[in-house]
Amino acid sequence: MTSVLTNLFDGVAYGMLLFVLACGLAVTLGLMNFVNLAHGAFAMAGGYVCAVLVNQYGWPFFAGLPLAFIAPAVIGAVLERLLYRHLYTRSHLDQVLFSVGLVFMSVAAIDYIMGSSRIFINLPAALQGQFDVFGVGIGRYRLMLIVICGLLTAALQLVLARTRFGSRLRAAVDDPRAASGLGINVPQVFALTFAFGCGLAGLGGALSAEILGLDPYFPLKFMIYFLIVVTVGGSSSIIGPFLASLLLGIADVAGKYYVPKMGPFVIYTVMIVILIWRPHGLFGRAAR
Amino acid sequence: MFARFWLLSRVALAAATAGTLVVAPAWADDAVKIGLILPMTGGQASTGKQIDNAIKLYMKQHGDTVAGKKIEIILKDDGALPDKTKTAAQELIVNDKVSFIAGFGVTPAALAAAPLATQAKIPEVVMAAGTSIITEKSPYIVRTSFTLPQSSTIIGDWAVKNGIKKVASLTSDYAPGNDALASFKEHFTAGGGQIVEEVKVPLANPDFAPFLQRMKDAKPDAMFVFVPAGQGGNFMKQYAERGLDKAGIKVIGPGDVTDDDLLNDMGDAVLGTVTAHIYSAAHPSEMNKEFVAAYKKDFGNRPGFMAVNGYDGIHLIYEALKKTGGKTDGDGLIEAMKGMKWESPRGPISIDPETRDIVQNVYVRKVEKKDGELYNVEFETFEAVKDPGKAKK
Amino acid sequence: MNAPSDVRFHAGRHARWHAAEIVFWLAALSCAFVFPSRYLIMTDILRLALFALSLDLILGYAGIVSLGHAAFFGVGAYSAGLLALHGIINEPVIALIVAGLAAAVLGFCTSFLLIRGADLTRLMVTLGIALLLEALAERFSDITGGTDGLQGIEMQPILGLFAFDMFGKTGFFYALIVLFLLFLLARRIVHSPFGLSLRAIRNNPLRAAAIGVPVNRRLIAIYTVAAFYAGVAGALFTQTTALASLDVFAFERSADLMLVLVIGGTGYLYGGLIGAVLFRMLQEIFSTITPQYWQFWIGLVLIVVVLVGRARLHRWVLFVPNLLITRIAGGKAAVAVPESEGP
Repeated sequence: MTSVLTNLFDGVAYGMLLFVLACGLAVTLGLMNFVNLAHGAFAMAGGYVCAVLVNQYGWPFFAGLPLAFIAPAVIGAVLERLLYRHLYTRSHLDQVLFSVGLVFMSVAAIDYIMGSSRIFINLPAALQGQFDVFGVGIGRYRLMLIVICGLLTAALQLVLARTRFGSRLRAAVDDPRAASGLGINVPQVFALTFAFGCGLAGLGGALSAEILGLDPYFPLKFMIYFLIVVTVGGSSSIIGPFLASLLLGIADVAGKYYVPKMGPFVIYTVMIVILIWRPHGLFGRAAR
Repeated sequence: MFARFWLLSRVALAAATAGTLVVAPAWADDAVKIGLILPMTGGQASTGKQIDNAIKLYMKQHGDTVAGKKIEIILKDDGALPDKTKTAAQELIVNDKVSFIAGFGVTPAALAAAPLATQAKIPEVVMAAGTSIITEKSPYIVRTSFTLPQSSTIIGDWAVKNGIKKVASLTSDYAPGNDALASFKEHFTAGGGQIVEEVKVPLANPDFAPFLQRMKDAKPDAMFVFVPAGQGGNFMKQYAERGLDKAGIKVIGPGDVTDDDLLNDMGDAVLGTVTAHIYSAAHPSEMNKEFVAAYKKDFGNRPGFMAVNGYDGIHLIYEALKKTGGKTDGDGLIEAMKGMKWESPRGPISIDPETRDIVQNVYVRKVEKKDGELYNVEFETFEAVKDPGKAKK
Repeated sequence: MNAPSDVRFHAGRHARWHAAEIVFWLAALSCAFVFPSRYLIMTDILRLALFALSLDLILGYAGIVSLGHAAFFGVGAYSAGLLALHGIINEPVIALIVAGLAAAVLGFCTSFLLIRGADLTRLMVTLGIALLLEALAERFSDITGGTDGLQGIEMQPILGLFAFDMFGKTGFFYALIVLFLLFLLARRIVHSPFGLSLRAIRNNPLRAAAIGVPVNRRLIAIYTVAAFYAGVAGALFTQTTALASLDVFAFERSADLMLVLVIGGTGYLYGGLIGAVLFRMLQEIFSTITPQYWQFWIGLVLIVVVLVGRARLHRWVLFVPNLLITRIAGGKAAVAVPESEGP
């Protein structure tokens, strides 16, 4: 019984992590309709920034995390202004080609700068190990993941649903022309959103180093997971990807624990079934 | 439409021509060329890089001329994909006229090149792949790495002797992992041990947590672990996170899990891990100290066992050339390599004249802290271990 | 104007062989004699070209995007490998066809999953199928050899006459002939009324349905055909390399394929062929110069291609020839830039 709860806990933590990693993609792909397969590259950038600061310059882990958000957000903003915005109107195939090109470049560049070995971020002792609550093993680090990611999700939902920026974004996405007619600076809204999504990915990258490991091939290895989260979740709100992440996380952990040899089937089968049942995802909008 | 067609075909033709020109540069006549095929990109890239580095280091130390011939290395990336390996090997043999093919990060890659080595009568020096059967696939294959049964049988015996009764195993699901598990199991159960849980994890595996939870729930005395070089860090992190060290479940296994190049980042949970392996950066010999220092100076980090495999591989090639006086016919070179003995940074090693596989000491080591750094400290030596996978036959 | 015979007439007019095409195939054949030492890599290009041709059939002509085309490639590869390994069918050509049919069966079955859904859904469903098959192949490692792949495949001579040699000469001609025959078939298909109806579906499925094209049945048909092609490409892979390992299903294979086709251009059959040559050659050049970081330069090329735009690139490259033609012949630019065709 306790191991069931421990697994559930691990699954939730894993899912939360996937959500932070993928929710930026949910915005660019779902809302802005841009296929950005290079999303993982921003996550990797955040991870490496944090790793360098913490391991080499001796920053505390929690001071490194904000930088893991800011650095990719800035990179994202610059790239958006320079490159991405020219491609919003292009075909999906061009977007795929472009973003895969970006992934290749980032992989080789990180390999060149940081080497190809897997690296880790030094954690404070307070985050290491596990404690027991009524016999259920709770990993400290995973608990922190759940807290941080939970807060982020709540904040995101509030920003999108309740603030002026959120309504501007939704307006800009629904009908860019009408929105700019109403005086909304659509390119600015897009750029900000894109940068914010990249920042979140970077934060996710830094948080995931401990669990998934960080190496130059991160963007390629996890591209599929991000895409699954976004397509299964649908794009009408961030609740969809959030639930999809949790589902994926729990299914993955449970699958590996109870049927170790069948692990991957569980995820892919669930995904295919959901997509056939609801082609626009669990919470998708039919019209697009 | 056909204008575009014309254009693209012209571009394609130009690219093809350029490709041929680049790939077939002119070489000096009295050079000996070595085709080095390694995974330089993809998940196995760190293996490839260590071997490449070690070879560069060796050539820096020993010069690039042997028996009057200049040695040239032609490096090709196969991304650990066997079909790429095969293409690369064929190109090297046919176009570059190499006298050796070497490297081979994974077992399928080494096997894919085997028929080419046989047909072209060119020595294939395997510097990484560790499945037992490789050297049986061609009379031209020589190995300077190791086989997993070499270290796994010894850790199996050690476990029995040191009062470990129940073991849960976690191994990567591919040939080296299965080799390791099978030979460990044989020796461990023969000594009266019991395997209480057996989990094979997929090779590309992001999160070990659920597998480790299974290990924990099985409550063994120790867990036998084989994950390929590079994944050890991840594994150890999560082992500590799950509190398996506190639960008193020790990690034992072949030394891949505590590979030297990652060991220092694994944290203190790894302390006390006992592994059997062929090389430790802490091996107490003058030669090894020099090797480690030189490697660190040139490449910035500690060499792992893959680096030593490459270092010994190129040494074997050099020595064989010396023995043949620079002659490069494959049969002569293989004959020269058979029975070759030398002192390596890992200790004394030799090439078994029967199987062309490596014979070497296997050390039982424990992870300890020395001068603030983590090291595999050797405390027991099994001398001149042959590959048990073949000794059986 | 709307008589079926009229459609056939228009289809036939486009189907006539252009001189450039003949030159292309002659050039492909002459490669065998110009670069006699590079058969393996040329065979690799031919396999990739056939594979890309298969994707072009569904992407360029029917507008179905797929990130999981390696599923069929893999099924073909393992079918051919298992047939040869267990000596079930020893004759490579028959095995090739059987392997292709096995992939076609899978294509037929999975095509029903693709009828619904937009681009993104299709991308993910196809990707999911390929990943699922990869997981299956890994799970049933006693049949497939798991991560180590099928070992010990030995190919019998083609038609009992031509043995596969170490340097890939037989393999090259075999692949070239297979590619050519299947290309002829593809050419017939896309220039038939059936092919025209596919293009109508690609341009606007609703309108196609309104004028009486059975959209779903057509999509299923072409998807099955494309799966057959991919299966044959996979079988060629196994037969010419004597290898089959898990990476035949890999996502990277599908993704590379997409790049190849987009580089070459979709919807005119030669795109995949030319893209395969370009892509492999770029890879070869860069990885020879820098075995460690070639991906960086490939990435750069991809980005430049997209940002500059294929149409503009063509214009730049054609600038000098056009200038010469206008100066010398005094006429209008003879070499025009084709309009871009998207899926």
